[in-house]
Amino acid sequence: MAKSIDVSDLDIYYGDFLAVQGVNLHIKARSVTAFIGPSGCGKSTVLRSLNRMHEVIPGARVEGKVTVDGQSLYDAAVDPVAVRRQIGMVFQRPNPFPTMSIYENVLAGNRLNSKKMKKSEADDVVERSLKGANLWNEVKDRLDKPGMGLSGGQQQRLCIARAIAVKPQVLLMDEPCSALDPISTSAIEDLIHELKSDYTIVIVTHNMQQAARVSDETGFFNLKAAGQPGHLVEFNSTQKMFANPDNEATEAYISGRFG
Amino acid sequence: MTTAIQEPLQEPQERARTTRVGDAVFSRTALGAALLVVGMLAGVAVFLVAQGLPALEASGEQAYGKPSVWSLVGPLLFGTVLSSVLALVIVTPLAIGLALVISLYAPRRVAKPVGYLVDLLAAVPSVVFGLWGIAVLAPRLVPVYEWLNSWFGWIPLFGGPVSSSGRTLLTASVVLALMALPIVTAILREIFAQTPTMHEEAALALGATRWEMIRMAVLPYARSGIVAALLLGLGRALGETMAVAMVLSATGAIVSFDVISSANSNTIAASIANNYANAAGLKINVLIFAGLALFVLTFVVNFLGRYIATRGQVKA
Repeated sequence: MAKSIDVSDLDIYYGDFLAVQGVNLHIKARSVTAFIGPSGCGKSTVLRSLNRMHEVIPGARVEGKVTVDGQSLYDAAVDPVAVRRQIGMVFQRPNPFPTMSIYENVLAGNRLNSKKMKKSEADDVVERSLKGANLWNEVKDRLDKPGMGLSGGQQQRLCIARAIAVKPQVLLMDEPCSALDPISTSAIEDLIHELKSDYTIVIVTHNMQQAARVSDETGFFNLKAAGQPGHLVEFNSTQKMFANPDNEATEAYISGRFG
Repeated sequence: MTTAIQEPLQEPQERARTTRVGDAVFSRTALGAALLVVGMLAGVAVFLVAQGLPALEASGEQAYGKPSVWSLVGPLLFGTVLSSVLALVIVTPLAIGLALVISLYAPRRVAKPVGYLVDLLAAVPSVVFGLWGIAVLAPRLVPVYEWLNSWFGWIPLFGGPVSSSGRTLLTASVVLALMALPIVTAILREIFAQTPTMHEEAALALGATRWEMIRMAVLPYARSGIVAALLLGLGRALGETMAVAMVLSATGAIVSFDVISSANSNTIAASIANNYANAAGLKINVLIFAGLALFVLTFVVNFLGRYIATRGQVKA
């Protein structure tokens, strides 16, 4: 189920503006890969290019190659909608659908495939996904209540449940804890550890301790200078990145002497 | 930092006083404007009631050949509601489709000019719509009406006989729909544009196609707004006078579900416009009474709309 991702010579443009230049990296299956770096360095852009979500913004396009288990993501024949069904995403702010119940929120992705599901089958998916997102015990008695009634951390776990309900190959997380309090953050981090055994996870974070806690490998992105495109400075195992990085800029950023 | 804190401390007295004068002027002006609106509305209501009630005495010739004013106003109310509801039925899919295309489907360089063109429709005077309805639209609709009559004649709406001029209630409804289109579309565009990006992205990231994204994120969010927009459109259609008065071949006040024959129901606004110039004595009161009925109807529709809109509001 989980798959690896290869990125080679990836350039990402918004219109004529080159946002990210020359990214090469290999994301291993069943591991957590963290992207860190200052604001505006393009780490979220790279993340979104992994399931073609950046194309939502008019004028966005990429050059280069992204392959998931050897299958190119940007072939002319590949439908971005199909890509996003394989590669799920969790956003910075929890975004359950406001008009749907908890139950329906979890099933939102499954309903899109528009095959008729039996009630028992749907119940199983909901229970499995909510258990997978460590939310089942908290909400099992109120599945028909609106998803918006949950706390921020619970909403975010609901969004994770919604993303894993369709059994994606890869799970992308764009700063999933930045709108959450420390306790909810810790719940999500525990969850990431558990999800790792089934999914390939890529997470963007501003919190370097978080990257150190949850990830196996880390990529550090930076801008060459103001107005210049972002690029990948260093990609290494998290242990090495935080102990003894190859690049001076990485060490400066991680130790807080950034400038 | 320090200067920013010290500045207000240096002249707090003066600063506070000037703000207070400004506040007072503004609040009085706003209050005055609000009271003026309420006062005018009350004035209109008082006028309609005072001048309309004597019409309850009218009968025969003075009630345009009807036994009482009720048997005149009743059919007219029916015609008004029928034509407006038909117009709404026509405008709803058009406006929703148009607003979705402009705000979500079309590339920006196409969407902008199309949006402007739709807005321009609102600038066309209703007399022009009326002329166009008589001269261009009505004759071209006759074959359509014949087709409707021969295939769907069993539905009372299309019972016939088909009007040879095409100047029917359905033609008037089509014109009304076009006149309501710009305002309804403009409001819908505004509402669709307000859909939070995060909900759109949530749907897209699950692998929704654009239409599925619209169904999952945009339409549920916009539900109450769509109702509000359509009711504003209905308000426009209910009160519209000139275009209907011109398009309809006036046949007096009858109740007829048939919308494609020349023996039509008429609307209140159009029949006031057609008859007022020649009215005298109690006939004036009769027409004003009809106006009162329209006033009450639009009031009820608006309150109903507000109620539905607030009840359906999504707590986001």
